[in-house]
Amino acid sequence: MIAELGLAMLWMAGALALLQLAAGSLALTQRGRELAGIVRPIAVVQGGLCALAFVSLILLFLRTDLSVKLVATNSHSLKPFIFKLAGTWGNHEGSMLLWVTVMGLAGAFVALFEKRLREETMLATLAGQAFVSLGFYAFLLLSSNPFERLPEPPPEGNGLNPLLQDIGLAFHPPTLYLGYVGLSIAFSFAIGALVTRDVGPAFARAMRPWVLGAWIFLSLGITAGSYWAYYELGWGGWWFWDPVENASLMPWLAATALLHSASVLAARNALRAWTVMLGVVAFSMSMIGTFLVRSGILTSVHAFAVDPERGSFILALLAIYIGGALALFAIRAATVTEGARFAVVSREASLVFNNVMLSAILGIVLVGTLYPLLTEAFGEKVSVGPPYFNPMGAIFFVPMLIVMAIGPLLRWRDDAAGRLSTKLAIPALAAAATALALVAMAPSIKPLPFLGIALAAGLAIASVLPLVGRELKRTPLQVWGMVVAHLGIACVLFGVASDSAFSTEKLVASRVGETHQVGPYRITLRDVEPVAGPNWTALEATLAASYAGGSPSILATQSRNFTSPPQTTSESALHTRWNGQLYTVLGEEADDGRWQLRLWWKPFVPMIWYGGLLVGLGGLLALIGRVARDVKRIRAEDKISYRRQRQGR
Amino acid sequence: MATAAIKPKHQRLVLLVIALAALIGAGLLAAWALRNQAAYFYVPSDLISKPPEAGRAVRLGGMVEKGSLKTAPDGVTIDFVVGDGKARVPVRFRGITPDLFVEGSGVVAEGRMEGRTFVADNLLAKHDENYVPREMAEMTAAQKKTVVAETK
Repeated sequence: MIAELGLAMLWMAGALALLQLAAGSLALTQRGRELAGIVRPIAVVQGGLCALAFVSLILLFLRTDLSVKLVATNSHSLKPFIFKLAGTWGNHEGSMLLWVTVMGLAGAFVALFEKRLREETMLATLAGQAFVSLGFYAFLLLSSNPFERLPEPPPEGNGLNPLLQDIGLAFHPPTLYLGYVGLSIAFSFAIGALVTRDVGPAFARAMRPWVLGAWIFLSLGITAGSYWAYYELGWGGWWFWDPVENASLMPWLAATALLHSASVLAARNALRAWTVMLGVVAFSMSMIGTFLVRSGILTSVHAFAVDPERGSFILALLAIYIGGALALFAIRAATVTEGARFAVVSREASLVFNNVMLSAILGIVLVGTLYPLLTEAFGEKVSVGPPYFNPMGAIFFVPMLIVMAIGPLLRWRDDAAGRLSTKLAIPALAAAATALALVAMAPSIKPLPFLGIALAAGLAIASVLPLVGRELKRTPLQVWGMVVAHLGIACVLFGVASDSAFSTEKLVASRVGETHQVGPYRITLRDVEPVAGPNWTALEATLAASYAGGSPSILATQSRNFTSPPQTTSESALHTRWNGQLYTVLGEEADDGRWQLRLWWKPFVPMIWYGGLLVGLGGLLALIGRVARDVKRIRAEDKISYRRQRQGR
Repeated sequence: MATAAIKPKHQRLVLLVIALAALIGAGLLAAWALRNQAAYFYVPSDLISKPPEAGRAVRLGGMVEKGSLKTAPDGVTIDFVVGDGKARVPVRFRGITPDLFVEGSGVVAEGRMEGRTFVADNLLAKHDENYVPREMAEMTAAQKKTVVAETK
């Protein structure tokens, strides 16, 4: 019953999306004016129905209703509760339903809470959102129905891929989707503004909080995913340049550029066409990512079952939406009037530089991700990895970092470079001092990590400079947000560079009782014992790790055997200190009774994820600051108009 | 300052030119780097007949020959032979092998030729039914059978 109800609600939501598109478009014409009133309510109901359909699917998973095909193929009655819940989106159909739900809810929230946008632009935006949603409703309902029933329910489900049976599954996909799909708002806003020729500062101010919201979730989702991959896959790496990781990085790069260009548009009425373009590009990158992952043309840990029909469906959607939006842009770009001018040394110019560099990095990542497809067309199989991405990305990332340190200190419109020389001397000195210290203490360090650490030191100091000379209590939250987010980037950079420069690894075959040294840690293999969980059995190695002769901490790393589906996973055990992390993995038992152990000491590696959290926190502060200011202004305007009304009487 | 001299239209043009130049530059750079940095995929017979330059990162795919897998006395280095029915390449790997890495099944090794041995940094075996290295997915079941039969 729940399945049928869910499916019915999904169909109704799809029908409402069609109605929303029709009503929204008609309301823009002279004769359809009266329809304007129903567009917002439709968007809200559509989002609500979608959410209810998603809740139905969750219920089916929680009950392990095996008569539903999706549950039978992806769940198991013995799975712990949290994985039954999270398993809802740990498969193709469920994750696409999550996608559509986020899209519907995003539209509903815009309809409910967006008050600043001009009414026509709002109608066009909601029509645009419905237009994009429609394609994904069609995809879901026609080729990936999550509520399909089985004629005969099997006695037990197939279970969830053990790699996904981790608390990470509860956080990473929903957060990432909120960001990834939330960018559809930026796309619809861009379309709406192009249709009504409303590209200007007011439009940018209205769009910015929505983009910021999506960007916060995207940043946190990527951070969570990276940490999950780090501890779950047992390779000690946190970023593999896997196509799917790239697919989440590309929208993030575009959205970051969009946030910065929107602030130029909002404050200075410049970069009009460019901002709209980025709105289109950001969500297009999300869709391209989905296509790459779901079509199965690139392999990755994130690919679910491969189905060519789905690939062509998404490709068609891509062509319609991206092609259509770009065509609209091409037609209307010329009518987007000139923005304001600015000098070569100015806040705007630094933000333009940031945008160009981010776009260049985006291009580098996109080309590297698609290159294997291209060569395959010519019969040559290649894979592209860190030797390409790292140096190529750095070529554009490094200059961007330098400008990122300077830009926030510059004035809008026009500034003199000389004014800042004393202020900028501090971060420059910090970077130079760090560089010298590195040369003295670690002469064999490679160039990229060397540059990374020195720049991170300079950027960390430069990022707090905008607060110097301000009264801290009266500093707007947006400024705090920028400072915290930029500081977060410095942290990430430092963690990345430190990990790649100073990580030490040891691979040993150890007898029980033997002690090994890795970095500052002495690690003793105490014993290896079998243990059992709800749906797995494991061999658990108990390690006593003592840091620099201190009292030992106990770590338990496992090699887990899952029964449904049968698969072995390595559960790493970590020991985190303020200055780094010990990472341990248990391998196989050799014939002579020794156990393989892989041990890493990774100095400052947690900074990567702390930095990611800081970036998210910075976004949150900025969002709160902006929304609070808008609410204040709207209240004040209401008061004024209320008084005027009374006076008029 | 310079602002007074530049008309808005010109500034837009200048910005456009700079952005395009940066993007085209990035594209060209990417193309050049990809030619040098992409890791090409080899099967053993290709690796023997037209070997890549020494030290270049490549991927080697084939079947792990039965009876060839040996663990070195240190307990963590393994040696095995990857074959495709026509040629055989000795492979050395230090590390914990992937869970589904067994003799007689397919493997993709990332690494480089050092002398006559392929030194692997990383082994990709079938992870689970959904995550199969791309190159391996294309070895059809029939191919696998003949290869296994020939290398037995």
